[in-house]
Amino acid sequence: MSGIPHDHYEPNSNAEKWIHRRLPIVGLIYDTIMIPTPKNLNWMWIWGIVLFFCLILQIVTGIVLAMHYTPHVDFAFASVEHIMRNVNGGHMIRYLHQNGSMLFFFAVYLHMFRSMYYGSYKAPREITWIIGILIYLAMMATAFMGYVLPWGQMSFWGATVITGLFGAIPGIGDLLQTWLLGGPAVDNAALNRFFSLHYLLPFVILGLSIVHVWAFHTTGNNNPTGVEVRRASKEEASRDTLPFWPYFVIKDLFALVVILAILWAVVGFLPNFLGHTDNYIEANPLVTPPEIVPEWYFLPFYAILRAFTSDVWIVIAVNWLSFGIIDATFFGVLAMFGSIFVWALLPWVDTSSVRSGRYRPMFKIWFWLFIVNFVVLTWAGAMPAEGIYTTISLIGTAYWFAYFLVIMPLLGVLEKPLPEPASIEEDFKASLKSKSDDGPKGPPAEPIPAE
Amino acid sequence: MKLRNLAVAALSALVLALPATMAEAKKVKGEVTNFDFSFQGMTGTYDRNQLQRGLQVYHEVCAACHGLEYVAFRTLSDRNGPELPEDQMRAFADMYEVWDEQLRDWRPATGPDHFPESQFEGAPDLSLMTKARAGFSGPYGLGINQLMKGIGGPEYIASFLLGYTGEEDFQAGSLFYYNKAYGDWVSMAPVLFDDMVFYEDGTPATEEQMALDVAAFLTWTAEPKMVERKRAGFIGVIFLSVLASLLYLSNKALWAPIKRAAKKDT
Repeated sequence: MSGIPHDHYEPNSNAEKWIHRRLPIVGLIYDTIMIPTPKNLNWMWIWGIVLFFCLILQIVTGIVLAMHYTPHVDFAFASVEHIMRNVNGGHMIRYLHQNGSMLFFFAVYLHMFRSMYYGSYKAPREITWIIGILIYLAMMATAFMGYVLPWGQMSFWGATVITGLFGAIPGIGDLLQTWLLGGPAVDNAALNRFFSLHYLLPFVILGLSIVHVWAFHTTGNNNPTGVEVRRASKEEASRDTLPFWPYFVIKDLFALVVILAILWAVVGFLPNFLGHTDNYIEANPLVTPPEIVPEWYFLPFYAILRAFTSDVWIVIAVNWLSFGIIDATFFGVLAMFGSIFVWALLPWVDTSSVRSGRYRPMFKIWFWLFIVNFVVLTWAGAMPAEGIYTTISLIGTAYWFAYFLVIMPLLGVLEKPLPEPASIEEDFKASLKSKSDDGPKGPPAEPIPAE
Repeated sequence: MKLRNLAVAALSALVLALPATMAEAKKVKGEVTNFDFSFQGMTGTYDRNQLQRGLQVYHEVCAACHGLEYVAFRTLSDRNGPELPEDQMRAFADMYEVWDEQLRDWRPATGPDHFPESQFEGAPDLSLMTKARAGFSGPYGLGINQLMKGIGGPEYIASFLLGYTGEEDFQAGSLFYYNKAYGDWVSMAPVLFDDMVFYEDGTPATEEQMALDVAAFLTWTAEPKMVERKRAGFIGVIFLSVLASLLYLSNKALWAPIKRAAKKDT
């Protein structure tokens, strides 16, 4: 599968040959797990395995939950309590599913930030990046619909607010919203279709994930230097790489188990810490909660959505230019979807010829500012949409768009990159050498990248 | 492999995890006292006697208006709960009446039946109340107080029951009472007074004691599997830590020859 030269599967016994002639599945598995992988991958390259594990965990716990859940407005909330009280181990399965979704998003953000820092999205890995963004969008849809299923207050009002965004589209908005919900408001029809789609989408994610892996198995992994594996000969390639099994499987499993220990501790000791208390009140269309906030992993985008109030000059300008068709609400919706769209454009807005942020001194500053901005937007999204908080959201949103549309294109022209190592092998040796020279307490030989 | 990098990774992960705590940045406007409960912390368990006292307060006071629709009477005999003996549990259930769809009539409740629902529109069901309320918040919407003190549901319930200042206000035909835990006027009248119930185990039935007992009982009704969950938490974390140590050593051993060869080469 990989463009890097390496040994391929050769059937030895007659039985193996018999199977291989008919279905080369053993060869496919062999070539997948024996892919030559750059020796110098650091600990930020573990999130892929964590994400695959999360997907399987969510599918398995989700299937069990679906056996006991009732998708009906009169019974949904009670059936979740039935799971928590009467189903064997039901409380653990549900808390694992709930907190597992949060680990899923935590891991996906770190995975994406790693990709951004080391330039993993750049040629020839643009398709891997785009599929990754599609997976992320599918995850958002799945998580949103899953959160509606327990039919608590925040489920109901979150669904009302988010589907209301489609209603903000001029002209067709109301019709579209009614069509999506199967009625004029969030009710049984909406709950049923959300349940159906919440069951379907994880398998779409699984399919996309397989294509995602296929794509980077074709181009080969990126690595912290961004320097390509030398592939003139098999010998040369083997100096830069090691087979995925066992070297990276064991490394990734170690990291995965450490992360699972943390997940398990959260499930065991503070399972509701990251949730919202209002979701333990059954949905009531007549009582609006004092505040409606999405789960934490949506907060940066929620902040962007709410940043544009009708007194912001750009909203006034656009409103005037569009003859009043684009109002503040619709502007916010466009900004929210736009923020993910510009993220997807990253391979084309980044003009730098150097792949890894390690050798881009100016990029580093802007990148870390992006991360800080992400955290600030998350915080602003949780605060009420008033006073100083909308201003903070607005500044954060401006930086978000500036990062992709101004900073990334300009940096490639303005920045003078540092020299890159000649090969991955050289970098691998240098990292070992600097460690043995400095001793464990010495200063780092180079600024530590996103690790 | 690189332990230093691992430490940096862990640190960045923690920093990035911080916003995760912001989602439940709820404003709590009233004053909530941080009471001590036996079930707090990683090893805390329910105090059986306290749950039984709380059940008594619920039965004699709260049940007049409120319901517990998600709680089955049989669970009063469950381990790590109030642990009423089976016969006592049945005798207790017998004091409540439930609607029977097949008889088309009311009949005395039995073990598998649930507690009745709330009697009044304005009195919410109490089954999940301690999970539906937050006692602590902040600072600055960061959720750190909840991490240190817990979310504070039981503390809120106890503080609420003890939070009446005695001020009353007559608005639009109904009487409202000021509650400092809620931080506003509420329609529920103060319900607890010293010695209004008689505890069989000899505990003095002070207002505060009753409030704490019923808050503990309602924590159990909201989270009946808490003790099992914490136990699973301990077993899982220990198991995963051992597994992680073994994988760490395997990984080190696996990479050692590769690193040795690379070092020798330079």
